[in-house]
Amino acid sequence: MLTPHFHPARIARRLAELQRCQSTAVEPPPAGGHLPSIATSKVLRTTRDSSLRTPGIQWKDEGSGAPTIVGGRETRKMNVYQAVRDAMSIALLKDDNAVVFGEDVAFGGVFRCTMGLAEEFGRERVFNTPLSEQGIAGFGIGLAAMGQTAIAEIQFSDYIFPAFDQLVNEAAKYRYRSGGQFNVGGLTIRTPTMSVGHGGLYHSQSPEGFFMGAAGLKIVIPRSPIQAKGLLLASIRDPNPVIFMEPKILYRSAIEQVPIDDYEIPLGRAETLVPGSDLTLVTWGTPVYHCETALSMLAEPPAALAPHVPAALRSAKVELIDLRTILPWDVETVLESVQRTGRLVIVHEASKTGGVGAEIAAEVQSKAFLKLNAPVRRVTGWDAPVGLVYEKFLIPDAIRILDATVETLSY
Amino acid sequence: MASLARLRPRLAARRLIPSVRALQTSADSTQLHQDLPDDGSKPFTVKLHEDSFRAYHTDTPELEVEVTKDGLLKMYSQMTTMRRMEQAADALYKSKLIRGFCHLAIGQEAVAVGLESEITKDDKVITAYRCHPFAVLRGGTITGVLGELLGRQVGMSNGKGGSMHIFTERFFGGNGIVGAQVPVGAGIAFAQKYLEKPAATFAMYGDGASNQGQVFEAFNMAKLWNLPCVFVCENNKYGMGTSAERSSANTEYFTRGDKIPGIQANGMDIIATAQAVKYAREWAISGKGPLLLEFVTYRYGGHSMSDPGTTYRTREEVQRMRSTQDPIRGLQRYIEEWGVATEEDLKKLDKEAKATVDAAVEEAKASPEPFIKDLWSDIYYPGTEPPYMRGRERDEIHHY
Repeated sequence: MLTPHFHPARIARRLAELQRCQSTAVEPPPAGGHLPSIATSKVLRTTRDSSLRTPGIQWKDEGSGAPTIVGGRETRKMNVYQAVRDAMSIALLKDDNAVVFGEDVAFGGVFRCTMGLAEEFGRERVFNTPLSEQGIAGFGIGLAAMGQTAIAEIQFSDYIFPAFDQLVNEAAKYRYRSGGQFNVGGLTIRTPTMSVGHGGLYHSQSPEGFFMGAAGLKIVIPRSPIQAKGLLLASIRDPNPVIFMEPKILYRSAIEQVPIDDYEIPLGRAETLVPGSDLTLVTWGTPVYHCETALSMLAEPPAALAPHVPAALRSAKVELIDLRTILPWDVETVLESVQRTGRLVIVHEASKTGGVGAEIAAEVQSKAFLKLNAPVRRVTGWDAPVGLVYEKFLIPDAIRILDATVETLSY
Repeated sequence: MASLARLRPRLAARRLIPSVRALQTSADSTQLHQDLPDDGSKPFTVKLHEDSFRAYHTDTPELEVEVTKDGLLKMYSQMTTMRRMEQAADALYKSKLIRGFCHLAIGQEAVAVGLESEITKDDKVITAYRCHPFAVLRGGTITGVLGELLGRQVGMSNGKGGSMHIFTERFFGGNGIVGAQVPVGAGIAFAQKYLEKPAATFAMYGDGASNQGQVFEAFNMAKLWNLPCVFVCENNKYGMGTSAERSSANTEYFTRGDKIPGIQANGMDIIATAQAVKYAREWAISGKGPLLLEFVTYRYGGHSMSDPGTTYRTREEVQRMRSTQDPIRGLQRYIEEWGVATEEDLKKLDKEAKATVDAAVEEAKASPEPFIKDLWSDIYYPGTEPPYMRGRERDEIHHY
């Protein structure tokens, strides 16, 4: 197979030209419809029926009988912040020892995730903290060590670094260093993560990779409202400390019909969103949607991109996996997939060096070396700070994912 | 130059006049104020030295204290046993049976024993490096502590922790990160308040840790939310190898809580120590919010086993403290002078302490090393672990 040699920057330029000419010309939408985006994503479950049949969903309401029964259950249209709020509301309602605290959470928080919780459950249980992240984490650890359910918010994941010591040295190790006498399993740290398009240096980082070496912690990143609610409830009830990172651009843009009942989605399991046999595409959070767009481009490239996507590759079946739990990650699902497809592309927003992708790539090549038909490819943010004006170039987009997919398929 | 020379004597002269009365830290200045009762459990009154306490934004604790003969003897026995235990750890370390980190509290026994004598099982304690006596007094065993230091199965954390990582039901551990236990203590106090328990949390730290940012974060939260938290600064005058004066702009640690009132107490006289703890506990459980409690004390040894403890202070200073302000010798003097017990009785207690510790040393040494399987246990809650974890070498993979 010929290797088409092209540069992502050149494709980006061509696409920009394409968009420019479309913006000035009045043309009907393309026959095949626009490229999928978050608003039109097939990954999102926008009907009651599909919502209630979310894979892996575990109903947790009392007297619900068989855990698979969906009849009679209701759903409501929610975005991610409403789903997160719904999850916390259920946690506070069912667990008297649960408290929610963080900077400005009593007023709803900057992303509205705690709207009305203080009014509903009282200021003793939903309260503002000073602007002191290290203190918030330490306080939450003490609270959880006493057996309480501590749901803390770090306002932006970029602010988690002052709390890094408490999380890595105290939260992750409390169980181990006390020989199992104490634990802080009741601690959940919620924090908004990933890029927002204009967050810049301190509001668009993805710090999940920094916690990879902290055995004892769990890290969870949901992609949608249904996932956010189910995974957050599972995180709050998980008997280990969990850092729950919510992709901030999805707070309002990802909308689904979310079951109103109490349910969980199990931690530690990846989900295969699109089955395939030629390449495995692993990602989490916001880039799930960029991957979906890239797969659509691969199958039906827009005219400007068509010369760069060999016809033989357009029918390639790419398996799209949402990792969901980043630590400990679902090695089995990813490995099983790569052993079938022989190719792996990993997409994340954090920079490449020492990122989660490096760990996945290393583990996969050590376990599936002879099955690989191409080097494991990582599509990530550059090894640079998230400069405000460069943010769009820094964060992996559909074009870069398409490029990596084409190159890996044609290796 | 001439003007400087003129200034110098004036500055020197001013320094000689103390702006406030200094705390005194002798271990034997308490006076008996009444005849001794026959009954060992019957309280009698003694009077502490008038400079045993200093206060910041509050009143000092009462100087007249009720004690009992039995109580004093118990304190003596506990302090002696704790010192014996730390000396045993010292010997085990020097014979290379204990490796790694080890921080001894020899000289600071009055703080741990005095604290435990005035708090209840419902109160919680969390501290940092010098944690061995607390662990024993709060429900642990000497074998458990020494076993942990030796890295044996019988250790309180099954050998996984070591010197700074020993826990009991009411003791939330030592801690190896300077200052990290202080906000954790605030969280523990919040839980006590939330659960409406009439109990207090004692979050302890040293003069070295007092300059950590998170200590101030914890102060602020505790005062903001009126938590039943006593922040206890064990000021042993040196943060590792740097004296308090060289590390802290304000060495009056009991005044560093801003709006949180504080008490400074003689940490070498156990009767003063216990009285200060009693005051602090009553303060916290009566809903007055947090309190700072500084104990002025002294460690005889180095910061850790690798520190001889004589490069930043003179041998004479250490010797002077040992001979004039030792908490155990001070209490011994009270007991003998007031006629609580005879020298013979105390020698018997000394022997008992030695026998207890010797037996614990043997028991700990006889304990097996931790089981290999526990390398992977207690990381995640059983049943929620990842499918496998990597071991010590490439081929060693532990499957859960």
